[in-house]
Amino acid sequence: MLKLSESTYNALRKHGEDTYPHECCGVLLGCSQDGVNVVEDAVRASNTRTDSAHDRYHIAPQELVRIQRQGRERGLDIVGFYHSHPDHPAQWSKTDFAEAHWLGCSYVITAVANGVAQQTNSFLLAGTREEDKSFEDETIQVEELVAGRC
Amino acid sequence: MKIFIPTPLRVYVDKLDAVQVDAETVGDALNALTSQHPDLKKHLYSDEGKLRAFVNVYLNDEDVRYLPEREQTTVTEADSLSIIPSIAGGRR
Repeated sequence: MLKLSESTYNALRKHGEDTYPHECCGVLLGCSQDGVNVVEDAVRASNTRTDSAHDRYHIAPQELVRIQRQGRERGLDIVGFYHSHPDHPAQWSKTDFAEAHWLGCSYVITAVANGVAQQTNSFLLAGTREEDKSFEDETIQVEELVAGRC
Repeated sequence: MKIFIPTPLRVYVDKLDAVQVDAETVGDALNALTSQHPDLKKHLYSDEGKLRAFVNVYLNDEDVRYLPEREQTTVTEADSLSIIPSIAGGRR
């Protein structure tokens, strides 16, 4: 399960509208509690795939290092990522799966149609190593306030 | 020096977010890390012993792959290494 506040949920969906028709991407900071990924903040990241931003995203590792450091200073870990699928369902693709390496983390996808956010789904990257990983459908629980849980 | 461990790999380092090692080079530091925590090795390296393509190692804010001396780069106690799996994807 993925827990996040309504404002964080709305913020990551709006990011997809802001970057439409390109894919947005970002990092979910929080903590893992009894198998639940609790999100305290969603941090916007730049999509470095400017050559094909309408159907690809990539976050520069250097930006991830910086976001991870900022999270650490706040006592928060990376517990997931989000991106958008412009004019495409909120379902993981072969590329999403092949490029997913953060086992135990949540991968949130928002479909954006004609610039308006539609369905948002989350998928947990399950498994113990690269060779046995799989995406599992994950419930998103939106709560009024999640801050201070971690 | 400290080596920061990403959330998916902490299960192999006693759930620590950072591991302290004594090392003179980046390569020494990674060897010390996998010596202390042998279960981590197969998650970082391929069967051929090369760092997996999706595993990025940063010395402070620099990608080790692009440093002139790569893993032979000397380090000090004040430096830190970050292990960062890549993150990418897309609708197609």
